[in-house]
Amino acid sequence: MAAVRNLKKVGHRVIEAIWRIGFASRFLLLILLNSGPSFKRFRLVVKELYFTGVMSLIIILVAGLFVGIVLGLQGYEVLKSYGSESALGQLVALSLVRELGPVLAALLFAGRAGSAMTAEIGLMKASEQLAAMDMMAVSPVARVVAPRFWAGVISMPILATIFSAIGVFGGYLVGVVYIGVDEGSFWSQMQGAVDFQHDILNGMLKSFVFGIAVTVISLFEGFDAPPTAEGVSRATTRTVVESSLIILLLDVVLTAFMFRGN
Amino acid sequence: MERTTWDLWVGAFVVAGVLALTILAFKVGNLGTYNASETYTLKTSFTNIGGLKATAGVRSAGVLIGRVTEIKLNPQRYEAEVTLSIDKRYLFPKDSLVSILTSGLLGEQYIGLKPGADDDMLKNGDAIKQSRSALVLEDLIGQVVANKAENAK
Repeated sequence: MAAVRNLKKVGHRVIEAIWRIGFASRFLLLILLNSGPSFKRFRLVVKELYFTGVMSLIIILVAGLFVGIVLGLQGYEVLKSYGSESALGQLVALSLVRELGPVLAALLFAGRAGSAMTAEIGLMKASEQLAAMDMMAVSPVARVVAPRFWAGVISMPILATIFSAIGVFGGYLVGVVYIGVDEGSFWSQMQGAVDFQHDILNGMLKSFVFGIAVTVISLFEGFDAPPTAEGVSRATTRTVVESSLIILLLDVVLTAFMFRGN
Repeated sequence: MERTTWDLWVGAFVVAGVLALTILAFKVGNLGTYNASETYTLKTSFTNIGGLKATAGVRSAGVLIGRVTEIKLNPQRYEAEVTLSIDKRYLFPKDSLVSILTSGLLGEQYIGLKPGADDDMLKNGDAIKQSRSALVLEDLIGQVVANKAENAK
């Protein structure tokens, strides 16, 4: 009997998950349909850009610098054994622009801005602000959700680009200034290896996709949260866990399409 | 529309993003090193191209003057046909020599263009007749071993 009950539980969870995926897709459609007002009153988006983009800038700058420094140190150790220290610039730039920039910036963004979005919308729902808006014939999706969505989608590629640029600077600090790799070959090998379209634009495309995924998950979790303190706290946790997993999953898919050994 | 401090910060944020992209494009990427707008194409063929890839550089006297745009196998002669796009500012004599070179011992391969002495210049779409294939390490080792065996006799 216990086996049947467990089986029931598993089935229930699977159906619940599929249900939520369907609901989230409908929610994305609803956001897109209600995006008109956020562009007519772009001020709403600007305000959210400040909270999601500008406020995430510090963590992105610091993290990017540290990641670049570590890449420089570790990369040098490995390249030294092949006698090709001059390829350090290439290693640092390619790993940042293709992978680490978009992925780490998105993970940080999910932790910094995504969780805040979930908590904010969840609390608005719990304190019945969204219901009050509905009563005043103001669509909460158009007024609260859509501006946050567009702010997240706009700021994610910007943050990833800044992350990559500052990371390359960190690699330069360690490689050229601290260790003493030749500056000329550091930059020229980098420029020889990094292609604008293939590497930089594909990296930005990745971060754009991550931006959509993270913001939709954050907003949906907030919108769907049970209107209790516990419900909001659980929704915030779920936002970070789900966005991180989705970012890494999407990264596998996108990388397979973009950089398939050619 | 009144201005707020949010506008200022968001403006600075967007400017920082554009700045970062410009740095990536010109300092990290290859957009600043070579401008592909005004070029002409030349064709050539090699018996073996080694590890040459499309987008590899074309250099003359060490200066980057163009890129490899296309590599394909000629099905009749079983030779690699390589298409180069060269900067319009640089013209080369008809009897120039193309060879596949390697930057450093383990570096990437590129095409070297050595000018000849002909008075006529190569035009758009022309083929360069003289080519020297890539140095393939296995062939080289094979030759050395064969020579050793000859000498031992």
